Amino acid sequence: MSMKSPKILNDEMREKLMQPDIITGSDILLRSLLLEGVDTVFGYPGGAVLFIYDAMHKNPDFNHLLTRHEQGAIHAADGYARSTGKVGVCIATSGPGATNLVTGIATAYMDSVPLVVITGNVALPFIGTDAFQEADITGITMPITKHSYLVRHVEDLPRIIREAFHIASTGRKGPVLIDIPKDVSSHQAAFKYPDKVSIRGYNPTVMPNKLQVDKLLKAIEEAERPVILAGGGVVYADAGKELLEFAEKVQVPVTTTLLGISGFPSGNPLWIGMPGMHGTYASNQAIQNCDLLISIGARFDDRVTMKLDGFAPKAKIAHIDVDPAEIGKNVITAIPCVGDVKNVLQLAVQKAKPAQSAAWIQQIRDWKQEFPLRYKDSDTVLKPQFVIEMLSETTQGEAFVTTDVGQHQMWAAQFYKFKHPRTMITSGGLGTMGFGFPAAIGVQMAHPNKLVISINGDGGVQMCAQELAICAINNIPVKVVIINNQVLGMVRQWQEIIYDNRYSHIDLAGSPDFVKLAEAYGVKGLRATNKEEARRVWQEALDHPGPVVIDFVVAREENVFPMVTQGKTIGEMLMGDFE
Amino acid sequence: MMTIKHTISILVNDQPGVLQRVSGLFGRRAFNIESITVGSSEETGLSRMIIVTTGDNHTLEQITKQLYKVVDVIKVNNISSNPMVARELALIQINAEPTIRPEILGIVETFRASIVDIGPSTLIVQVVGDSEKIDAMVELLKPYGIRELTRTGATAMIRGIAK
Repeated sequence: MSMKSPKILNDEMREKLMQPDIITGSDILLRSLLLEGVDTVFGYPGGAVLFIYDAMHKNPDFNHLLTRHEQGAIHAADGYARSTGKVGVCIATSGPGATNLVTGIATAYMDSVPLVVITGNVALPFIGTDAFQEADITGITMPITKHSYLVRHVEDLPRIIREAFHIASTGRKGPVLIDIPKDVSSHQAAFKYPDKVSIRGYNPTVMPNKLQVDKLLKAIEEAERPVILAGGGVVYADAGKELLEFAEKVQVPVTTTLLGISGFPSGNPLWIGMPGMHGTYASNQAIQNCDLLISIGARFDDRVTMKLDGFAPKAKIAHIDVDPAEIGKNVITAIPCVGDVKNVLQLAVQKAKPAQSAAWIQQIRDWKQEFPLRYKDSDTVLKPQFVIEMLSETTQGEAFVTTDVGQHQMWAAQFYKFKHPRTMITSGGLGTMGFGFPAAIGVQMAHPNKLVISINGDGGVQMCAQELAICAINNIPVKVVIINNQVLGMVRQWQEIIYDNRYSHIDLAGSPDFVKLAEAYGVKGLRATNKEEARRVWQEALDHPGPVVIDFVVAREENVFPMVTQGKTIGEMLMGDFE
Repeated sequence: MMTIKHTISILVNDQPGVLQRVSGLFGRRAFNIESITVGSSEETGLSRMIIVTTGDNHTLEQITKQLYKVVDVIKVNNISSNPMVARELALIQINAEPTIRPEILGIVETFRASIVDIGPSTLIVQVVGDSEKIDAMVELLKPYGIRELTRTGATAMIRGIAK
């Protein structure tokens, strides 16, 4: 990549930054971000942040990536955060710049991603006057931020930034917005960065209650048919190792939600795949027949539970979560346990004894064998599942994978064999089309020497395709895979199955030639329409040191199976016809 | 589960937007607000909100937990689970020609309410009490013709004996 490598924050640099100089709000912002260890910021300038961008111009230590749309900037910051665990940072101007961030903020909020989102606003005397490019962004984003600040005094800025990073990255993580009026970014104050954060109304519980952990262990010991439902919380708490150790010690099979999928190695015999609407037969049967369901960092999302009345009907439910409000929100919980997943598992593993689960594990193994994930392959037309399997096999699960939203996302979850936490980056809660490609840019910025594959549909990739420009200009070597079925596939599938083949506005005719589109941006473009071409161009893409767009032209009418339709329990699955 | 009325006391940072954060949360999560009052508290920099809401125990638990997630919320207390004092104030402007005023005064005195304004053909009655008392007062004054009515919503506190 041609981006300059970020400076590591060492003691010498810290001392320099901490000098109590009288500086502008913009300089305070940049110094504070550097002190928080921020090495890359994604953003887009505009009138209300001109002082901030002027300060950047003068500060050689500050690394900023100019995207082509604010949405690209925030999804990139999101991908950066999900793949590292660090706080992602993006900057946009007031009004339209700020409102262009809204989808990205909601995406991060739904999936508990730590972001600090900085917006400019009109100068304080203009606030409330419908001034040029004014938007009440703190008001607009209140329901989709963990917290937000409108800075009224430049002196408050260091404390606010310190608090914002603390709030974003602790407890249940999430986006925090800091709205900085233009005059605040130009006014001066003596720089003083607080050592400590003290917020009276904010004390997340991270250490679990020992009695609750004991109750959980007792329940496991007595269980004959236990299942672990592992979610994004496992990944975010960096508890992949702890979960593996715990599951093996207690001998409990593990099903992983879409966000938790990289939290447990897919090759492990205890892993049974993803549950829910497009989950594996074994996962859904395991949940429906278990006597103990242990949710670890998962929130019983409706795409996992489907019809709640009839979900896990025979199970006692234990729920480990850092957010107490998730416990009991959707399902009645017998054993609640509030705490950071890593802390809970570290404590639990010490005294854990195995469940009486040998026969149950065999039963699940039989289900896995009887009803594996499958698709009808073809030698004439390229199948999307084949492409994903090829990506998985050629990378041996060692790549970072981001997805967009739709059928390809489900196939990626089903057919890519993940090995390491944080390697699956996907918008699960909000289901944001346009997320996958810019998120991959953020992942690649954080991991310059790793292979980053962005799997997209031909619909979603067009929602942020403009970011090809920054891949080209900065040589960000993301492999942009397009599973191109010339149709909004997931919508088409629903219209076929639920709306009696009434295909309404799903045809994406008029899409550009993606190879030419890539080339227009100065990015390598490749295309495959059959298996042989697919293998060849994918190898070519892997061998190419820079960014590549690979247009895999696949079967138009391919459905994701298994499928549970709305209103059914996860025990009632459509398995698809593969004969 | 049974849907009942709950009175919740919420101690919050006196910050711009805090009322919006709390009321927005109720709106977004489809919790009901029957009344909401906000004012200063015993501590500088903190305000106290009293929200009267309805819901079953599950809803009440969710309200409490979700409120605690608001960074500016310091303390949430379901005070209606304790013996409490709840008071509301109402101002009721009614038609009152001079000849009918002694009759109205009789009602006002019985309710330990007071007349706080006298116009050429109107009176403003101020009444303080629990919601039921104010409802009753309003019913009794209706026949005279209510021109304008404003109620504060309940503010409330746990009784000393319960603490």
